[in-house]
Amino acid sequence: MKKLLSIILVLMLALTLLTSCGNNEGQQPVSEGKEASGEGIFPAIAKEDIKVGVIHIGNPADGSGYSYAHDQGIVAMQKALGLSDSQIIRKNNVNDTDPTATEAAMLECIEEGANIIFGTSWGYMDTMEALAQEYPDVLFSHGSGYKSNDRNFNNYFGRIYQARYLTGIAAGLKTKTNKLGYVAAMGKDNSEVTGGLNAFAMGAYSVNPDAKVYVKVTNSWYSPEEETNAAKALIAEGCDVIAQHCDTPNPQLEAEKAGVFGIGYNSDMSKDAPKATITSAVWNWGAYYTWAVENVINGTWKSENYYGGMKEGMVDISPINEGIAAEGTAEKIEEARQSMMDGTFNVFDGVIETNDGSTVGEEGKTLDDATITGGINWYFKTVVEK
Amino acid sequence: MNKKGHVPFIRIVKISERSGKDTLKIRIAAFISALAAGGLFILFLGYNPIELYGTIISGAFRSKMAFQATIRFMIPLLMSSLGVAMAFKMRFWNIGAEGQIIVGAVCASYFALFHDTWPHFLLLLVMFAAGALGGGLWGLIPAYFKSKYDTNETLFTLMLNYIALHIITYLRDGPWKDPGSSGFPKIARFAPNAQLDKILGVHFGWIIALILVFIVFIYLRYTKHGYEISVVGESKSTAKYAGMDVRKIILRTMAISGGICGITGMIQAAGSDMTLASSVAGGVGFTAIIVSWLAYLNPFGILLVSFLFSVLEKGSSVMQSAYGLSTYFASVLQGIILFFILGCEFFIRYKFVVSRKGGR
Repeated sequence: MKKLLSIILVLMLALTLLTSCGNNEGQQPVSEGKEASGEGIFPAIAKEDIKVGVIHIGNPADGSGYSYAHDQGIVAMQKALGLSDSQIIRKNNVNDTDPTATEAAMLECIEEGANIIFGTSWGYMDTMEALAQEYPDVLFSHGSGYKSNDRNFNNYFGRIYQARYLTGIAAGLKTKTNKLGYVAAMGKDNSEVTGGLNAFAMGAYSVNPDAKVYVKVTNSWYSPEEETNAAKALIAEGCDVIAQHCDTPNPQLEAEKAGVFGIGYNSDMSKDAPKATITSAVWNWGAYYTWAVENVINGTWKSENYYGGMKEGMVDISPINEGIAAEGTAEKIEEARQSMMDGTFNVFDGVIETNDGSTVGEEGKTLDDATITGGINWYFKTVVEK
Repeated sequence: MNKKGHVPFIRIVKISERSGKDTLKIRIAAFISALAAGGLFILFLGYNPIELYGTIISGAFRSKMAFQATIRFMIPLLMSSLGVAMAFKMRFWNIGAEGQIIVGAVCASYFALFHDTWPHFLLLLVMFAAGALGGGLWGLIPAYFKSKYDTNETLFTLMLNYIALHIITYLRDGPWKDPGSSGFPKIARFAPNAQLDKILGVHFGWIIALILVFIVFIYLRYTKHGYEISVVGESKSTAKYAGMDVRKIILRTMAISGGICGITGMIQAAGSDMTLASSVAGGVGFTAIIVSWLAYLNPFGILLVSFLFSVLEKGSSVMQSAYGLSTYFASVLQGIILFFILGCEFFIRYKFVVSRKGGR
């Protein structure tokens, strides 16, 4: 036994010594020579030769929700640029809390010749950052999250909070109990979720100051069961409009089952719950995907972060379900939308009261993008944590 | 079993000895029927079976990167299969490889997260030892209760898996939560200093795995310990009459079995995940049970079987995206193939006997 142990130990030692000589090959940042920092770090690629990889957390075939919305964007990009099906490499159901699966999916895209890889879920971030160093000639574009480098790794997202503000108006007008429910994927310290939730609450407050927003956190972007349970709990609490920041339409389905109403997210969820969903905050990812891939083809790619809003066509709300929306919803929403389009209103304007009594922001100013994407860790005054 | 005079129409009879040639024949037949049944399934969904099978094979081998990915799949499977095989040889049903992998990974991660400034090889060595120790202790718990109170080790090891999983969840949501994750529940990525180095494009876990194949083979085949394990496996009473300390053998073997699984966890965390993720075991500990039995607990057999499993895994993933298939499609196909391969083991050991009316 002792002999065996010592053999193993010696082997281990020899091995680690051996390997530590050729240490950290993959870890070194390769982009020492930042030759061209201006236009086009990468040469143009013929349209027929470009390959695009997409990593989905869910399955676009679900026909609704987050991955579906992203994939619709990919399809729109493919059409706009005239790419063939074989130029798109999709990896579906890649769990973003599993770094090994994430890496395997991305390496497969690289192996199949992808020039650019879109990672659509938050948890892919660290793996993308590492792979961007290891493969300096492949472009990595990460949706949500906050990391990037100055060569081949950027970040894209949109001002979905603008759309959420508008949906908040619809919810605030609709509620009878003055209790709005909100199924949130992440807790207070996640700026993306919390900012959107606040915008929703502010929208509701603008038309109905008595409406409170009850929050339930699932701690996962994609968790069909938890999302259902959260919606159930909120309905039991007395909420009669259920909004959501999560990947499946399950909260809408629960709302419909319980005979209450809902506000969808990602894609038009009145498809899923026609009797419940008043409107949905929707993404038009195609706006970014087309722009990004076009830049790669033209050789004009720069590693800059993209943050499009209502004006760029990146976010919007789906058509209002007139059969169930409260009277006057469309007019109120149109009014707010116009002020967003012409820039007179930016949602997080001026001094904002939080639910712990403190205030955020300054009179005459609006929160900057860095704060919106990374620094909103407070709830608006009408928000109730459950 | 049966009352006199009543003979069931079909009986299952154990075959004492089948010739190697017969066994091979059955295996080949099973393999062909597996492909045929899978092919029918593919055909039914409107694809060309030969093309899809071709994609699986080429997906696993077509390039250096593809082959490296196949090897990456194989490392944890091979190692944990070796681990559980040790216990199975002793007829100790270690269903707890998942948990042992996790606890090994947790112990190793402590050093990766909080002592990442130590010299690289020292740090890895400590992580390696911590992984082995953690997994070993997690394996010792059921062994202790088995040897002392004769508890059911199948249930015991199985349930410890879930406890282990919750340890990660606790650490991830609590004390080890990554402060830079803005609410996303995860543990920070290891510093490069705490990551395994790559050899030929794959983290060096593959070398450790290969070395383990030889060590386990020699240990089981040529050492006194190995002999004791097989005697205890055959009959505890025999072992006792022969003067062996059965209790000690059980404890020792389970510590080693769990230790190997613990090392697997360390290697997955530091070589592949680069963090401690709740998916660190990811079902490998369960697949390992199938692998080790398909290989008749022979370490070289395990090497082969785990390689074939990895080819199937990697190839299916390529097939899935090349044809835009659902991920469940690949799972169903794998299930069909496994069904036949495992099913044939039954026919190798047993046969059906149809009794004619009126008996002999």
